[in-house]
Amino acid sequence: MTPSRTAFAAILAKDLRSELRTLQSLPAMALFSVTTFVIFRFGLDRTSLSGSLASGVLWATLLFAAVLGINRLFVAEREEGGFDAIRLAPIDRSVLFAAKVSALLVYLLALELVAVPIFAVFFLDGAGGLGPLVLVLLLTDLGLAATGTLISSMAVNSRARDLLVPLVLLPLAVPLMIAATGATEPLLALGGPSYDRFGTWLMVLGLYDLIFGLVGYAVFDFLLED
Amino acid sequence: MLELAALLPLGAPALPLDEAGKYVAGAYIVFVVLLVVYVAIMAAKLGRIERELREVASFAEQRKEEREEVSA
Amino acid sequence: MYGKGLKPLSIATVAMLALSLSLVFFYAPLDGDQGFIQKIFYLHVPLAIVALIGFVVGGVFAIAHLRTDNRKWDAYSYVSIHLSVIFGVAVLITGSIWAKASWGHWWVWDEPTLVSFLIVFLLYATYYPFRYAIEDRDRQARYASVFAITAGAFVPLNFMAVRMAQSLVHPRTFATAEGGMPGEMMLTFLCSLVAMGLLWTTLVKFELTAKSASGQVKRLRRALDAPVSGGSSRIAPEVS
Repeated sequence: MTPSRTAFAAILAKDLRSELRTLQSLPAMALFSVTTFVIFRFGLDRTSLSGSLASGVLWATLLFAAVLGINRLFVAEREEGGFDAIRLAPIDRSVLFAAKVSALLVYLLALELVAVPIFAVFFLDGAGGLGPLVLVLLLTDLGLAATGTLISSMAVNSRARDLLVPLVLLPLAVPLMIAATGATEPLLALGGPSYDRFGTWLMVLGLYDLIFGLVGYAVFDFLLED
Repeated sequence: MLELAALLPLGAPALPLDEAGKYVAGAYIVFVVLLVVYVAIMAAKLGRIERELREVASFAEQRKEEREEVSA
Repeated sequence: MYGKGLKPLSIATVAMLALSLSLVFFYAPLDGDQGFIQKIFYLHVPLAIVALIGFVVGGVFAIAHLRTDNRKWDAYSYVSIHLSVIFGVAVLITGSIWAKASWGHWWVWDEPTLVSFLIVFLLYATYYPFRYAIEDRDRQARYASVFAITAGAFVPLNFMAVRMAQSLVHPRTFATAEGGMPGEMMLTFLCSLVAMGLLWTTLVKFELTAKSASGQVKRLRRALDAPVSGGSSRIAPEVS
């Protein structure tokens, strides 16, 4: 990549991040997460959670909030014509993919910054597992960002766009959820965090991120041709 | 007797033969049914293709006649 | 010419199917702990393996489509995925029957392979509404190829993740009481596998030939300026 393109990519990435109205939909998504936690409290009839239940509630909520958020992010951009301006720019399309993925990643991390502490306050007995949880969140978000960007970039040009992302993204996210909950469950165990197979699960997450990051990088060009 | 009874788990199938037979038969029947349904759908498609070809053929013949009338 | 070679292929398929069915019921020995129920596996597992390979093949065709921009690869990809989904239905139903026969429930979460397959199936089932939602034909073909490639990469990863989620190691269902697979079972299994592979290939070719014939009729219509009849499918790619 030529220096000018690198600079352009950086500018583009920053541009995208502000353009993606992270501030606008973030409070709504945080609110959604908290309300979902309340629903789980009553649905499961539990006031404290640990182990697999805690892990499941947390990840299910984060996943659904992510799916809703992804739609909002890219759909809004499309309707404002932001997409067209970017397509006309003389820039390597795959760099655009990287920029979008990072933007989505930042969004997801910001969401978790609010939702996870609230989850801990609502349901957890101790905050011991939260430190290593950050690593799990990071890797899982990267995977969600990669596949989310890929799918929503296609859904944006379709008729049933708000339905398409949840429909296609959810099965794709299953391995991520398996690994994320697998790593989180011992972290939130009743007696204190344990690291049963923690490294293995992180490797699975990393592998997923690598594979779908590469796939997205390779095919993104074909998504923007017209 | 005890030795024979001890060997029984090794040779004993999970279900008695006639009951197991029903499940196995069911599985193979599902396979055959799906295959035949697929063939039926493709047969319908073939019928449609034949009908369309017939239409196009008669249209082409009609055109040919018209052209012969014009040049005659 | 898609129909070329279809006849010998289908004859080979029939022969292979007949051979493997005979082997299953007259030659293969009875399984040690599963008994007669194990015979379902000569049907279920080859169907599953062929379906999964079919999905990956659909992804490979999709790569060819994106690289060459030749629409015929999109048709190949679509038909491969379409038939693998149909095979997938058979896999899930036969798997469920086996679960009921072995464990008394119509579904068990303990079999990682079956669960993985369900997830893969659910993903590929979204292929149809996905295609349907994209109206522009060119874009639909391109996006469908991206989907097929992404989903193809997903298959092995998914199997690995689900397998790892199992804390209990389940006995592999292809062994006799002693744990190994005797030669007769292996031979029967391989014959069934080949038969299902041939069946899949025959059906793919069959469907492509039908599409091609349809395409030729359309081409004929256009050449003669004949009125266009009926509607064409919104999602199935055309072959010409």
